[in-house]
Amino acid sequence: MSVLSAHQVSVTIDGNPIVADVDLEVSAGEVVVLVGPNGAGKSTLLSVLSGDVDPSSGHVELAGKHLGHRHARELARLRGVQLQKQGLAFGFRVHEVVRMGRSPWHRTEAAERDDVAVEDSMVRADVTELADRLFPTLSGGEQARTSFARLLAQETPVLMLDEPTAALDIRHQEQLLGVVRDVAAAGAAVVVVLHDLSLAAAYADRVCVLANGRVRADGPPAEVLTGELLTEVYGHPVDVIHHDGALLVVPVRPRPVTTLTDTSEEESSCSAV
Amino acid sequence: MSATTVPVTPVRATLRGVVARVGLLGGLTVALAVILVLSAGTGQLDIPRDEVLGSLLHKIGLDLGPVPSHPQGENTLWQVRFPRVVMAAIAGAALATAGALMQGVFGNPLAEPGVVGVSSGAAVAAAAVIVFGWTFAGSWTVALCAFLGGLLTTTLVYLMSRDGGRTEVVTLVLTGIALNAMTSAGLAFMMFLGDTQAREEIVFWQLGSLNGSRWEYVGVVAPLALVGIVAAMLLAPKLDLLALGDRAARHVGVDVERLRIGTIVVVAVLTAAAVSFCGIIAFVGLVVPHLIRLIAGPGHRLLVPASALGGAVLLVAADLWARTAVEYADLPIGMLTSLIGGPFFFWLLRRARRTAGGWA
Repeated sequence: MSVLSAHQVSVTIDGNPIVADVDLEVSAGEVVVLVGPNGAGKSTLLSVLSGDVDPSSGHVELAGKHLGHRHARELARLRGVQLQKQGLAFGFRVHEVVRMGRSPWHRTEAAERDDVAVEDSMVRADVTELADRLFPTLSGGEQARTSFARLLAQETPVLMLDEPTAALDIRHQEQLLGVVRDVAAAGAAVVVVLHDLSLAAAYADRVCVLANGRVRADGPPAEVLTGELLTEVYGHPVDVIHHDGALLVVPVRPRPVTTLTDTSEEESSCSAV
Repeated sequence: MSATTVPVTPVRATLRGVVARVGLLGGLTVALAVILVLSAGTGQLDIPRDEVLGSLLHKIGLDLGPVPSHPQGENTLWQVRFPRVVMAAIAGAALATAGALMQGVFGNPLAEPGVVGVSSGAAVAAAAVIVFGWTFAGSWTVALCAFLGGLLTTTLVYLMSRDGGRTEVVTLVLTGIALNAMTSAGLAFMMFLGDTQAREEIVFWQLGSLNGSRWEYVGVVAPLALVGIVAAMLLAPKLDLLALGDRAARHVGVDVERLRIGTIVVVAVLTAAAVSFCGIIAFVGLVVPHLIRLIAGPGHRLLVPASALGGAVLLVAADLWARTAVEYADLPIGMLTSLIGGPFFFWLLRRARRTAGGWA
């Protein structure tokens, strides 16, 4: 049964349709990845799903109730969101930021779990070593991981992440999406916006391809991520390669990438800069 | 996800927090008590500290310590000094709390009632009361009008400097310039309309002064400040979350719109409390919360009460200096706070430019 569902959702800004007639169902235990070219409406759709933006038409249901009919605090106990850009106005420390994720549970029984949840989330997001650092002094990737820890600490049945891996190195990308899978396996419903199609292929139960604000395809990665569809949607030739049981999505490049001599030339020109 | 190093255990962290909290608030309370007694005893007629304390104790029915030996001592203390130092403490506490709140709600360490024009907005309304001789609410008339003026300007600042859920440093400062220009025009117009006596009153009050504080005024200002500070402490935990930005704050359960409106009203109450009888005393709300943040971090649960106490200490000390720096002269206190606060503001501005990525 779906925990989160969008019904004929449209968002129009200044007469431009950003999202048009989107239907989307996300069930508990499932990781749904939204992909699509720039301006496809991924982030806007996510902000409709999270309740930040009211759709121009259509509606979103979260845990069986109209999203617009819930209070901020009630919503915060149902869904957590990690935004693409992290910001913090004052110099709070990492552990304080993670603890902010616990605030929806203040004065409830769940507040007893605060310390455990914070510590556990920091371990899972690999920010334990940063606990006493000031958030604004962290690198982009470290800030993203801290926000991820905050999201985990919120312990909601629905999680939404907007390009959580954009600033992360390859190890932390894999770790983060691995944790996302674990959270889903434990029963959460997860929606992730990703740009990296190979990551989407590896970690999604379902991939939803958006183009021009509409759902172009929705299904298991192997069915949806085809060279034909992606080439059309992205307006660039794309190859899908099956390698060792995994799907790799690579753009077709017009000329052979580089020969050895080329590489060394490029490197030297880089270091000159 | 190999976490070999164990983080600070929550229990120890909490304990450390409690100790820091008690230490800072306790220290500031003691400092406030000391400076109050010191200030009350100092002036053209010096009264020894033990006599100040003795007079206080006798008043509350305890026959302890000596009473003032000078024939005018008792009168000076209770008619002039005590109302003045208490007024200074209340105004300082109100201004510093208002500053901490504004910085929290704007997510910008440069927001302050004086800098962004809220104080002068309240001042225009209060000047109108002086010029037109309104008395519809008795001794509360000035405070009420100052509150409405403050509320109007705070709302204006908020609406004009906010863009896409953020307040950029430069937008906020420019909004302050625009508003201060408008309120200066308003004050100038009030002076043009008023008679000589009203003009003199407005000028003194524009400079900020605690001269002529009376118990009657304290009776108006104290409840306003108390309500404001209590409300500020209730808002404090949510202001922490607002530091995440509007959207992320909503994601963790903050009703951002309601919090904002509530905070703006409280800022107006606090500013009105300070401005209605003491005039414009700028920069207290900037300097104090900033120093507290340096010592105790940005958490508003501690920042708000510590700023209130710190603001009280600062303004009582500044007032003591204002009336003793030059013999037989009572310097305007607003002039002094601006003299110190101005350079401090420069320093903050340069820092904000560096750390927040310039003027973006």
